Amino acid sequence: MNYDLIVIGGGPAGYVGAIRAAQLGKRVSCVEKDRAGGTCLNWGCIPTKSLLRNAELFHLMKLRGGEFGFSFDNLRCDWSKIIKRSRDVADKNAAGIEYLFKKNKVDYVRGEASLAGPGAVTVKGTDGKTQKLEAAKILIATGVVSRPLPGFPFNDKTVIGSHEAMILERQPKNIIIIGAGAIGVEFAYFFNAFSTKVTLVEMMPNILPLEDAEVSQTLEKAFVKQGINVLAGTKVVKAETGANGVKISVEGKKSETLEAEVCLVAIGVQPWLPAGLSLQLTPRNFIQTTDRYQTSVPGVFAAGDIIGPPLLAHVASYEAIQAVEGMFTDHVPKRINVFPSCTYCQPQVASVGMTEQAAKEKGLKFRVGKFPFSASGKARASGEVDGFVKLIFGESYGELLGAHIIGSEATEMIAELGLALTLEATHEEIEACIHAHPTLSEAVHEATGQAFGAAIHI
Amino acid sequence: MAYIEMPKLSDTMTEGTVVKWRKAIGDTVSAGDVIAEIETDKAVMELEAFDDGTLKDIYVSEGGKARIGQKLALLLAPGESAPQQDGEADKTEKRGVVAAGQSQTNLPKAKADTLKTVPLTSNGRVKASPLAKKIAAAKGVDLSSIQGSGPGGRIVARDVESTTAIPAPKPAAAIPAIPAGPGDRRIPLNGMRKIIAERLFASKTQIPHFYLNIEVDAGELIRLRTHLNEHLEKSGQGKLTYNDFILKAVVVAATKVPRVNASFAGDAVIEYADIHLSVAVAIEDGLVTPVIRQAQKKSLREISEAVKDLATRARTKKLKPEEYQGGTLTVSNLGSYGIKSFSAVINPPQAVILSIGAIVKKPVLNAQDQIVPGRRLAIGLSADHRVVDGAIGAQYLAELRGLLENPVGMLL
Repeated sequence: MNYDLIVIGGGPAGYVGAIRAAQLGKRVSCVEKDRAGGTCLNWGCIPTKSLLRNAELFHLMKLRGGEFGFSFDNLRCDWSKIIKRSRDVADKNAAGIEYLFKKNKVDYVRGEASLAGPGAVTVKGTDGKTQKLEAAKILIATGVVSRPLPGFPFNDKTVIGSHEAMILERQPKNIIIIGAGAIGVEFAYFFNAFSTKVTLVEMMPNILPLEDAEVSQTLEKAFVKQGINVLAGTKVVKAETGANGVKISVEGKKSETLEAEVCLVAIGVQPWLPAGLSLQLTPRNFIQTTDRYQTSVPGVFAAGDIIGPPLLAHVASYEAIQAVEGMFTDHVPKRINVFPSCTYCQPQVASVGMTEQAAKEKGLKFRVGKFPFSASGKARASGEVDGFVKLIFGESYGELLGAHIIGSEATEMIAELGLALTLEATHEEIEACIHAHPTLSEAVHEATGQAFGAAIHI
Repeated sequence: MAYIEMPKLSDTMTEGTVVKWRKAIGDTVSAGDVIAEIETDKAVMELEAFDDGTLKDIYVSEGGKARIGQKLALLLAPGESAPQQDGEADKTEKRGVVAAGQSQTNLPKAKADTLKTVPLTSNGRVKASPLAKKIAAAKGVDLSSIQGSGPGGRIVARDVESTTAIPAPKPAAAIPAIPAGPGDRRIPLNGMRKIIAERLFASKTQIPHFYLNIEVDAGELIRLRTHLNEHLEKSGQGKLTYNDFILKAVVVAATKVPRVNASFAGDAVIEYADIHLSVAVAIEDGLVTPVIRQAQKKSLREISEAVKDLATRARTKKLKPEEYQGGTLTVSNLGSYGIKSFSAVINPPQAVILSIGAIVKKPVLNAQDQIVPGRRLAIGLSADHRVVDGAIGAQYLAELRGLLENPVGMLL
């Protein structure tokens, strides 16, 4: 079969790139070895949000029911149903992608692809048969998989990655989570909400180390209050598996040996490189690409997690669209610039743009505006007073440099600030924009005012 | 239902004036009908309807100004009726023009009674991010001089940051005029005057001018012209003017020294393959520079006819935008006004302008050092030193002198 474009990988980069190319009138094939939707839909963003919704509700009813006037004699949860709901959500979404492929006339090929040369891809189908596809252009969007701790391989039972963590048949009594990035933090919240004893180990001084330090420290306090054992600034020195679980020796403020039924290793990911051609790689083994998403082999492009951080579904989709439009139109592809990051524990964490540390390191003159949800009427009415909005503005022009929110709806609130940053808004535009009352978003308005001495409610 | 909006009729136009409505409310209009006359910064142009229908409403009265894209009138297709809600908005909208910096959708419901009283920015509507605007203000960069790299050509911060600060022209702020008192006449700038002010101010402040002057023996030119015109008159053809010969010589000389037919482009100098000759034409309350396209391909006769046609239509403001845009070299001739010599201001983005004086009688020394009556023509060259150096300018003028002193050569 001859195509204009073969996309390898059906995740947020792959399926979006394939559909965009089809919309441009190109003949497109998308090869996926597992299921359309990739990690995001099947083993990441979406199913974990389902699990976290369960956790949130259960946590609220169990610990804070009385506050709202609810009482239960025997509140219980059915673990298998929690997992099943998550899988059902993923299944529906994956089917949705297959429908989109059909609608846009993208040939969806199931199997494992390898690069057979420029313009050629060999696919070993699920039925064992091999076929060869040819195309003028190839887009690699194979993504990444969990990276194990050296000398502590995954065994799907006691040492697991995020994939296994979301389909555990039985709720573990206790779990050690190594790595407190978004994945580690979300699973810590999830398991803890159902009363699994959670220890969260992070090598860097703060959990969510990429976020603004003030946000990370606030989240740590909230986690500790929820009963999570947070060990930040702590290194794993020894990890071993035993008959009934794992034994992990750590060194931090104190040295200790932790034991648990299960250890979730969430220290990062490694690229899933397609077989065949050898492409130039980055120092961390991601595929090296140019500003046009071109790899070292002519006609072969790459987008999404496989080309390196930031490893986010929305970034991957953006990159794939840029790459495809660069291939088939006169559009000059752009590299990612402004992108939000979201973590869906409670309280939620969301950010876009520069952290305060980054602004300091860059030597910028800036102002910080902060507004706590405890001063927000809507937050009090909802009983969600934890957290704050923190905004960073340039001193000379008052332009928004970064936004950091921790609070119950932080991930929904960040969009406004992403738009502000994209439009190069200054504090004046945010202040001039009327924010509905009562909403949590009023805190954005007030934080802006606070930076320039104009906040009313603080 | 279709709104008729102010079209962009020239590359420098930001607003236009409705000079006359040729159709009245209630008139039936067919596609192609001229419905109004619009004065731009350069000319008065006819506005044609694109659709059939009835002129339902007029939002800008005669003499009123409107920005590009602003609604001028409402045209209803046969059988249509005016929108109810929109009608209300339009009634207020037609009184106000867009205020500075405000978008079309965010029109203030101006209380002003006439259009003329609402001030407009000289920049027109510039699409720029708030941050870009602030940086531009701080750096003194004129946003209208910047090409935006954001979505839809929007100017973003990096565009302003990468621009070397060229102070926006602020003549009023620099030296305020003595306010008009009783008996004084205050003449508001029309579109053309505004453009002349902006472009020539920019030229004199941003282009490093230098000037060269020569005096040419016009004796042969006079003899040739007299001879040719006698011949033309007999055959019933139009006469040639001195200016026709001078234009032809300017063009031929520019083919020999192509550097004068050029522009400064920031990181390069562009020498143009074609000579599009701009000819300054004085018109009522201003001037225009219509362009003789590919003048290097035209004969003396063709240049003569082209300039006659363009000048006539320039004076009646009947030029189309493409007829006064894209020139690469300009000639300004004030000889007919009795000016002996002068130095014109460069017509940006061109690199050279030639200033032609009158042919004057004066005593000159001949080759035998005898004083004899001479007929002399003074020519000045103003050049952008970034493009043309003194030696190149001199070389060009030497070519020009050679052609004008032996004009028969040009006819071949």
